[in-house]
Amino acid sequence: MSLRSRLGRARNAFSVQVRAVRSVSTVDASTWDALEEALILADLGVSTTADVIAAVRQRADVEAVDEPEVVIDLLRAELVERLGSGDRGLARGGDPSVWLFVGVNGVGKTTTVGKLGRMEVQAGTSVVLAAGDTFRAAAADQLALWGDKVGAPVISGAEGADPSSVIFDAVEHAAAVGADLVLADTAGRVHTQGNLMDELSKVRRVAEKGAGTVTETLLVIDSTTGQNGLVQARRFTEAADVTGVVLTKLDGSARGGIVVAVQEELGIPVKMVGVGEGPDDLMVFDPVEFVDALFELDDDVEA
Amino acid sequence: MFEGLTSRFEGILRRARSRGRLGPEEVEDLLREIRLALLEADVHLDVVGIFLERIRERALGAELSGVLNPGQQVVKIVLEELTLILGGETMKLSYASKPPTVVLLAGLQGSGKTTTAAKLARWFKSRGRNPMLVGADLQRPAAVAQLETLGERIGVPVFSQPTDPVAVAVAGRAEAARLGRDVVIFDTAGRLAVDDELMEEVRGISEAVQPDHTLLVLDSMMGQDAVNVATAFHDRLSLDAVILTKLDGDARGGAALSVREVVGCPIAFASTGEGLSDLDVFHPNRMASRILGMGDVETLIEQVETTYDREQAEDAAARMLEGRFTLDDFLEQINQLRKMGPLNSVMKMVPGMSQQMAGVDEALDEGRIDRLEGIINSMTPAERIDPGLIDGSRRSRIAAGSGTQPSDINQLVKQFREMRKMMKKMGGRGPGGRSSKRRGKGPKGGRPPVAEPTGSDRPATKGLSLPGLGDPAEGPGMELPGPWPVN
Repeated sequence: MSLRSRLGRARNAFSVQVRAVRSVSTVDASTWDALEEALILADLGVSTTADVIAAVRQRADVEAVDEPEVVIDLLRAELVERLGSGDRGLARGGDPSVWLFVGVNGVGKTTTVGKLGRMEVQAGTSVVLAAGDTFRAAAADQLALWGDKVGAPVISGAEGADPSSVIFDAVEHAAAVGADLVLADTAGRVHTQGNLMDELSKVRRVAEKGAGTVTETLLVIDSTTGQNGLVQARRFTEAADVTGVVLTKLDGSARGGIVVAVQEELGIPVKMVGVGEGPDDLMVFDPVEFVDALFELDDDVEA
Repeated sequence: MFEGLTSRFEGILRRARSRGRLGPEEVEDLLREIRLALLEADVHLDVVGIFLERIRERALGAELSGVLNPGQQVVKIVLEELTLILGGETMKLSYASKPPTVVLLAGLQGSGKTTTAAKLARWFKSRGRNPMLVGADLQRPAAVAQLETLGERIGVPVFSQPTDPVAVAVAGRAEAARLGRDVVIFDTAGRLAVDDELMEEVRGISEAVQPDHTLLVLDSMMGQDAVNVATAFHDRLSLDAVILTKLDGDARGGAALSVREVVGCPIAFASTGEGLSDLDVFHPNRMASRILGMGDVETLIEQVETTYDREQAEDAAARMLEGRFTLDDFLEQINQLRKMGPLNSVMKMVPGMSQQMAGVDEALDEGRIDRLEGIINSMTPAERIDPGLIDGSRRSRIAAGSGTQPSDINQLVKQFREMRKMMKKMGGRGPGGRSSKRRGKGPKGGRPPVAEPTGSDRPATKGLSLPGLGDPAEGPGMELPGPWPVN
């Protein structure tokens, strides 16, 4: 199922601007303004937007393009390019491999662990879930329900327990039973809290003390996040070596444009996107689809 | 990455400074910087447009005063407008005449509804209410378990049952009435604003429980979409207010401004941490500074307000020392001092002042100041400049006008003369002498060094310095300690 068809419900001002651009016969200054507004409304941020527009404008000048459709194609290509072409596969290679999920509160870490657990179990991987969020009340219960649903064991500690030791135990358990992969949930934390970020560094270190190797640290970002997303990515990378982004809740009306800046400034690629609450609503990120979904949204809705 | 507006303004204002006023060109440049700052703070694009229009009008019409540079003035205008939008009418958390008072929380997934529900319950409890929580989020696994744990922690009962959200809500409301709880808070499932089915469901809950207050829980890290989300929830639920969460991070929270402007409902609370007591009543002025990325704006405003006073005071002081001190100045000085608190205690803070002022001590009696003001206000401008003009008939007129006795007027004039004599004497004594250079105005008017007010790390500009009364380093001077109260 394509991302675009999953996003058919959503609509926003972005498409309105793009539609306005399409309706003109030749591109002029107001066209560029409309495209700039579209990118800002998609949360790309002012400076990224300015860079993107300047680059596309220059190409349009060089190639002497003045048809709106062609300009939109140039913009589309520019965005796809900026989203990076690196490998989006989730790395394995540990024995077991550990994938750590980090992020601020409420972005959907636990749900992502559950969904990804299901994907991996379905693919034949033997998975252990680690309930490393020992802070939020009933977070372990939430993950336990996911464990039941997807058929994976869940290792958890008492509420308030040291998350490092819970994850360490999960890794040891996985090693003992010969499981391939540990998906480790962590408590949501606002990146300005130094002690909690230190705790996260420790979690990452301790996860590798035994048999396991952390092969992915995935930062979960909510699509509704504005410019703070870039700051989050920077801080979490400093604390825990983020290797990729999971962009959640993309089925809402927000576009998640901040990931362009995260890729450009920090070189961290988006690896997965979440598009719903169901166990199967997690997809591998495809930049072309992501950008197409930005541009063609309204065509779907109006049809 | 984020600069304060003030520093962004620097370059633009160098041009304006030579002319002493802002031309349309500079205003446009400043507005462009403001636009950038607001967009970086996630204020919605359309709201930025509306807002800049207002600023443009005020900035173009603004008079430039000598003590504020144009940049500070524009910042002040921006802040005032931001605070105005963010504040406006405040939400009145009224209680239903027939309990329980029903509070409904709604919002997107992950905005913090469940935690906020518990914080709000704790808040009501701390105000002597008996709240109850109803867990109507049957969607997210273990959401009810989370609410139950939190309820236990704050000692507030939690009701839920595994039926359907509307049924739970109805039963919860009935249970609250049965138990005699006077506030009942409904936690609902997170839902996307574009999800018709779930949006209808929450409307169903709202119709079933008839909330007195419907609150949208909004993540302060939200970007441009906040407006769409708030509008969609408002359309279905008719929101009364917003609770802004995760303000303990470093997000600028421009979403708050957007939602306030577009949906119109006030921001009632801000959640500032993970602890269950971390729920504060919303402060519009702090939020305004935050959106602009200016930590020390309050200081700036204080400085702005006090500098106006300072200039007046310095002017008066200089004239006083030159023997041109009038009754108007006298009244002005008394009023300035009064702003700082009870006059007697203020005067005691001034080094060397307690003895010097012995002669006029009784004039500082609070009860008499009002009468004194009445007397001076009943004088003609000429009489205020030269009390020597006051003869018998003028004295009767002033006494009648101020409701006092002619003897009171005599006494005031006598005290005033003594004071003027004394001031003149002091003016001639200090090593600083009268320094006309200190009369200079404008942003670079050579402001005299002033003692650090109260050990704070704010700029040392808040004390009132009466020039010529001795260098504080060399002897008893007249450094009035700040800060001045801000009106």
